[in-house]
This record gives sequence, C-alpha cells and structure tokens, in this order.
Amino acid sequence: MGLFRSEEMCLAQLFLQSGSAYDCISELGELGLAEFRDLNPSVNSFQRKFVTEIKRCEEMERILGYLLREIKKSEIPLPEGQVNPGAPLPKQVMGIMEQLQRLESELSEVTGNKEKLQKNLLELTEYTHMLQITKNFAQRNTEYESRQAQYEEFPFLEKESIMDYASMQRLGAKLGFISGLIERVKIEAFERMLWRVCKGYTILSYAEIDHRLQSETGEETRSMVFLISYWGDQIGQKVKKICDCYHCHLYPYPNSNEERADVIDGLKMRIQDLHTVLHRTEDYLRQVLNKASESVYTWVIQVKKMKAIYHILNLCSFDITNKCLIAEVWCPLNELSTIRRALEEGSRKSGATVPSFVNRIPSSDTPPTLIKTNKFTSGFQNIVDAYGVGNYREMNPAPYVIVTFPFLFAVMFGDFGHGLIMAGFALWMVLYENDRKLKNTRNEIWNTFFEGRYLILMMGLFSVYTGLIYNDCFSKSLNLFGSSWSVKAMFEHGNWTLNTIRGSKSLTLDPNVNGVFNGPYPFGIDPIWNMASNRLTFLNSYKMKMSVILGVIHMLFGVILGVFNHLHFRRKFCVYLVFVPEFLFLVCMFGYLVFMVVYKWLAFSVKESRSAPSILIHFINMFLMQGDDIQPLFPGQAGVQGFLLVVAFLSVPVLLLGKPLYLYWVHKGRNRLHMYQGYERVRRCSEEELCLLRAHDMEEGDSHDSAMSSSEMQSEETDLADEFLHQAIHTIEYCLGCVSNTASYLRLWALSLAHAQLSEVLWSMVMRVGLRVDTRVGVLFLVPVFGLFAVLTVSILLVMEGLSAFLHALRLHWVEFQNKFYSGAGTKFNPFTFAVFHNSMDSEGQL
Amino acid sequence: MASCLFCGPKLAACGIVLSIWGVIMLSMLGIFFTIHSAVLIEDVPVSEEDMQGDAANALQTIYGLYNQVGYNCFIAAGIYVVVGLLSFCQVRMNKRTEYLVH
Repeated sequence: MGLFRSEEMCLAQLFLQSGSAYDCISELGELGLAEFRDLNPSVNSFQRKFVTEIKRCEEMERILGYLLREIKKSEIPLPEGQVNPGAPLPKQVMGIMEQLQRLESELSEVTGNKEKLQKNLLELTEYTHMLQITKNFAQRNTEYESRQAQYEEFPFLEKESIMDYASMQRLGAKLGFISGLIERVKIEAFERMLWRVCKGYTILSYAEIDHRLQSETGEETRSMVFLISYWGDQIGQKVKKICDCYHCHLYPYPNSNEERADVIDGLKMRIQDLHTVLHRTEDYLRQVLNKASESVYTWVIQVKKMKAIYHILNLCSFDITNKCLIAEVWCPLNELSTIRRALEEGSRKSGATVPSFVNRIPSSDTPPTLIKTNKFTSGFQNIVDAYGVGNYREMNPAPYVIVTFPFLFAVMFGDFGHGLIMAGFALWMVLYENDRKLKNTRNEIWNTFFEGRYLILMMGLFSVYTGLIYNDCFSKSLNLFGSSWSVKAMFEHGNWTLNTIRGSKSLTLDPNVNGVFNGPYPFGIDPIWNMASNRLTFLNSYKMKMSVILGVIHMLFGVILGVFNHLHFRRKFCVYLVFVPEFLFLVCMFGYLVFMVVYKWLAFSVKESRSAPSILIHFINMFLMQGDDIQPLFPGQAGVQGFLLVVAFLSVPVLLLGKPLYLYWVHKGRNRLHMYQGYERVRRCSEEELCLLRAHDMEEGDSHDSAMSSSEMQSEETDLADEFLHQAIHTIEYCLGCVSNTASYLRLWALSLAHAQLSEVLWSMVMRVGLRVDTRVGVLFLVPVFGLFAVLTVSILLVMEGLSAFLHALRLHWVEFQNKFYSGAGTKFNPFTFAVFHNSMDSEGQL
Repeated sequence: MASCLFCGPKLAACGIVLSIWGVIMLSMLGIFFTIHSAVLIEDVPVSEEDMQGDAANALQTIYGLYNQVGYNCFIAAGIYVVVGLLSFCQVRMNKRTEYLVH
C-alpha cells in the first residue's frame, strides 16, 4: 500500500535452535524488519539468561571508551571511512576481549609511569631553581659576613640591635636553614604567620622564580623561593609545621658553596636523563595508540552489535526441552519470506543441523504501524508522526501533506526572492547530502534543518510560485507583461489635466473610464499596485477571501478522507450517519460562503462596483433569516438560503443521534439473533476458524464481538452510553470547530500581510538609504548597506518568518485538517536493526 | 602567497555566498534602474526642484537620476565581484592548510 496506509503486519513466532540463535538474530538485525516482543516481562534485568554476556560487552565498551579518550587526548587521527563489520561470532569474542584487556593494562601502566616521571621532573626542576636563587641570598650573607669579621675584636662597640648570625653563633644557638618553594599568592600570609609565631627569631628571604612552573594539578603557577634562617630547635619545629600548613615544597639546603655546586651538577644530569626517558615513554605511548586506532571503530561497532543481539536474546523464552528459543515478532506480512530466508542463512552460517523457522500466529492485539518511506517522503512523514503515529491501517495524511504543507507555507511566505534563496539553500543541502561532514555533525539545530532538506526545498519552490502570484520580490513587483492600468487614458477619456495633478496630493484611477483598466494581468497581481497607496485595501480583501476558500477546500478534503477510513474498517453505516451530515453541514454553511465569494467575483463587474452587495451582511442575514430589504445577490437567494439553513440544522441531530441509535438497534437485534447463533456455533467447523475469524474482524476494526454473555450484555450497555457521549462530544466539536477552524485559516492572510510589510520596511529603511546617496563617494556606502540588508533578510525574513510560517502551516495541518479524519493513537513500528550504529560516530569520537 | 589568511573557513564561505547574491542582485537592480522602471521611483533621490520646470526637463532630470543610481549599483556589483574573488582565495587557502601535516 506504500504511503496511503500503513503496512499489513502479522505476529510471527520464531523457533531458533540454541546453537544458531545468535547468528539468526544477527541476520535479522542486518535486515531490520522484525520488532521483538518481550516474552519475559516479569524477569528483571539481572535475572535474565544472557546477563553475563551483556556484562562482558559492557566491560569491553568501557575499555573502548577509555581507549578512544586516550586517542583523542594525544590527537591521533582516526580513520575516516565508514566501517560496517558484522557481529562477531562467539569464538571471536574472546580474542577481542583479550586484545582489549591487554591494551588497557599496557596503556594504564605506561600512563602511570609517565605521570610518575613527570612528578619527579617537577621536583628536580624546583630544587634546581631553589638552589640557584638561594645562591644569591648566600652571597649577600657572605658579604655581610666578611664585613662583620672586622668588628670581631670590638664586640661592645657594636650598637646594632639586629642580631646577625655570627653573634648568634657566639651565643651558642644553632642556626638552621629551611628552604623551599611556596606559591606566590601565599607568601604574604606566610610571612605574617612566621613573624607572629616566631616573634622575630626567624629571618625570611624570598625571591620570585622567573618562569612559571607546572604544579601538581597541571596548572601553571608562580612560585617563590624562600629561605628561612632560624635558631633554636623549637623554633625549627614551629617553622616546619607552618611550612607544612602552607603546602610548601621543602628541599635540603646545602651548607657550603661547593656542596651546592655539586648538587646542582648532579641535578642537571638527572633532569636530562629524565627528559630522555619521558620522551621515550611518550613515543611508545603514541605507538601503542596508533596501532589501536586502526581497529578501534571496528571493535566499537562489533561490541555494540553483540550487545544488541544479547538484549534481544534476553527477550526470548526457552521452550520445555531447553534446546530451542522462541521469539515473538511483529513483521510486515509480505516480508515473511525474507525473514524465512534470513533464518536459513543464519542456520547455515552456524552450521546447525536442525533449521530454525518462522510461523505466523493469529493475534488480537493491535499491531504497530509501519509506513515505508524513502528519503524524500520521510521528512513529511516525520512531521505527521510528530502529532501522533497513525492507528493501524488508518489513512495516512502524509502523501497529501507533501503538497498541501509547502503550499500553505508558501501562501504565508509568498516572496519570489526569499523563495529563491530558500530553495537555493535547500538545493545545496540536497546535492551534498552524501557528504559525510554534513551528515555526521552533532549540532542539533543543523541536524533538524538537514533532515528536512526536501521539505525546505519544496517550501522554497512553492514560495517562488506564490511570490510570482503576489508579484512580490524583495517587496518590489516585477513588471513582466506590462501593466493593465493606463494613466494616460485618464487624460484622454477622463477629466484629468496637468492642473489636477499639480493641485492634489493623491488621485484615484477610475476603472470605469474607457481605457484605464485593460483587463486582468495575465499572471498574478498587477505591478501597479506596488505604487498605489490603497494597495493594502485591495490585497486584504483578496487575501482574506482566498484564505477562506483554501480553508474550506482543505477541511472538505479532510472530511472526504474520513470516508475511506469508514469503508476500510467496514463501518458503512458511518458513511451515511456520520460522513453525510458532516459534509452537508460544512457545505451548506461554508461551501455556500465560498460560492457567494466566487459568484460576486464573477457576476459583478466594474460598472456595478459601487453598489455591489457586501457578502458579510448577506451571510449574517442568512442566519438571522432577514434580508428582505436589501438587494439580493442573485434571484431566488432567499429560497436557496432557507433551504441550505434547514439542511444544515437538520444534519446536526442526525450527526448527534444517528450512529448511537443505529448501534443500539443493531445490538438489540443481535440479542435476539444470538439465541439462533448459539446453535450455529456448535455446528461450526473448528475453534480455530472462529478464532481466525475473530482476528480477521479485529483487523478490520469491528469492535463489536459476536460472542455474548450476560456480563457482556451489561458491558454492552455501558458501551452504548459511552457511544452516546462520544458522539455528542464529536458533534459539538465538529460543529463549533467548523466555524472556528474556518476563521483559523485567516492566519494565511495575516502572515502573508506581515511578511510583505516586514519586507517593505526592510527595503525602505535599509536599502533605500543606500540607494539614495548621490555623492561620488557615496557609492561605496551602498556596499556595506547591501551587506546589512542581506544579513537582516536572512535572519529576520527567512529564518524568523520562515519558522513562523512553518509553525502556522503545521498547526493548520495538525488541528484543522487532521481532526476531520485522523486519530493518530497508534504505536510506531520499532524494528531491531543495526542501521543506527553506523552513523553513531561523531567528530569527538564519543560513543 | 604567504599566509595572508585572515578569516576562517566559515567566514570565507559566508563571504562567497554574500558576494554571489550581491553581484546578481545589484546588477539586476542596476539594469532596472537604467531602464527607468517605475516601481523603483521611491529609491531615486528626487528632490523638489527637480519637479519644477516643464514636463520634458523634469523628465530628463529624473531619468538622469535613475541612470546615476543605476551606475552606482553597477559599481557596487563590481566591488562585490572583488570581495567574492577575495573570499574564494581565502576558501582555497583554508582548504590547503587543512591538508598540511601538523
């Protein structure tokens, strides 16, 4: 049936040999035609049969994720091609698992070593810096020392109150040094704390390191080298504790210059060695990752497929002999043979002697809805499904949406230039749709536009068409055929003179004058209206009438589509009791309105334009049953209107009561018939036939089963009350909805007016400013002005107005069109398929 | 051509699109101005004194203004051709740096 209705589905049972179950399901996954039902719903996920295998898969996924992250971190390029390996056989799985585990342990070991080495390097570098900087402190101290030596002989002449360390030595206190590094931001607090705690018995000197060091957390901080000289053991303990508190890195302070030089040399050598080792380690790491990167995508897809297959195997149940797996699938009826072939292939691949087979079973559940789409129709089907997936075998609105949606969009968007740009953009996306970079980006908004590229192409092309009809191209009209209005004729045959022109601000061309109006413009709206100041008055009338006409036609189409639903589900009485009153109601009221509009267009010409009747007044009078004192539109109007009104009012009670009363009558009749049917049933051939018959009835939507019992009779009565209520709601909704939905279509007028006005404002405020400059240099002004015009056109008129018109057209379809025939309460067919895994890689390499 | 790359790939692509649109639209505007299309009357810088004088003179002045705006449009279209070529070169240079081995 293709696009018109969903496919016919059947419930089938698969009998899989336990040896070949894995391969068969792998084949089915490649096909993507079967939706598996869960046969163990009461079992939780930890008690299912294949839980260990799934755990193994998840372990492998974890390792693969770690691998991918490491590869990305070291910026190794991953192979770009599309890989599509099959699901691995169980014997290959152990091999893959071993490889992955080996890789993981190697990687973690190497990375751990690298980190240790880097930490060592950092410490050594800090120590070197510290030694170099404290050399300066020591030099100052030694200078001081040499000067002080002269006054050794004359201690009491020494009046200085600062205790230099030489005099301290005489006092017998032991001088100690603590040196190390501290972060620069902490140095002031550190100093203050030292002063307060040690009360001046310490001397702190510090200096900044010139270049930044990498601290342990990997950030780069500025550090200061400090040197604390203290005397006394207790002070020493306090100082050490304070240093711990401020997270200083302490290093041993050399006692003499020679020692310092030795240490520095030794450090230099060690640092060089460490650099070499680090370099080698990084090289090795890169090598390992390079080798892994070749096959990592293949492994990822293989593991995913394997995990999916085990999930499906968990949904199956074992039969009594425990040698055979049973699975229940929904599949399209005409694909049963394909599934059979896939099972044979799977059995062959696994080398099983007993084949697996598939068997159709009858079912009374509602099957899921599958509609086969190609890349063009899938966009339109998606927007229909977004409202609700159709019921099983219900009429699908999508094939009509392919035309009506772009058309209604274009009515609201109608601009030749904007349509061209939109179509150009969509054409570019369509032509480059196989480009992998475009397909595989993860940007949500871009993906939305890309998925709808055919939709946008249609919308653009239709907008070009309506742009030509409205004669609007970037808010200017195109004069392709020569205007039908002639101003000269007003001078020749009318009463205009040059003085008339000079004397008035605005003049009106009178089409009644001979030669002024030469018939309608061949295609679209006459370009002269672009320069008229009463342009909106004319266009408003035209667009409003057009909106109502389009709306009534659209709704009528929806009502007619409902007939096909009624006929398919064997509800012929609905055609007479539901469709006919609905149709009559809509046609008698709003069909008549459309008729009046078209009649007025055709029957009244320019000569009677001053006295042409107002349709609005006539329509209102029709309902108030007045109108004797105004001129009729056509002879016999009162009679026709009265007749239509009566038909419309009569169809309401038919719609309200017809279907429930009929059903009530049918059931009463069935009650009496049932006594005879009971004898008949005994004589029936087999139970199976009855069961299949009932299933057949179910498929056709006949919800009234023929088996009756007393309890069912009671439920019948509640069903009847339900029916009455349901039908009452439907009637009210339909009748009131007719009025409100028709008015709702006026948004076609409103949005096209908004678009045209926005376009005109943009031109007059931006482009006109650039065009009106008439100085020599001013021509350069036009270039940025055009750039601004282009940017604003794209952002405001294309994106904003486009989205707005899209939304409103969608609403018109979802509410006003679909609530005439579509219920949309089905479930979507969700087959087991591997197709999603191929495109799941993105540029960041995330799974 | 030493690396005079001053915009990334996306900006250069926008530049190309804008230039193509600019060239087409401005040249068409230029054509319509030079054939004195009536729909564009509001965009021509007509001032009050142009409307004085007798009809033939006023008409010629207005035609002259039309032609002037038309030539402006053509010049702007020419500038957009230059911008387009520049963007195209930028796009080509961006593509070349993509193939370079880091």
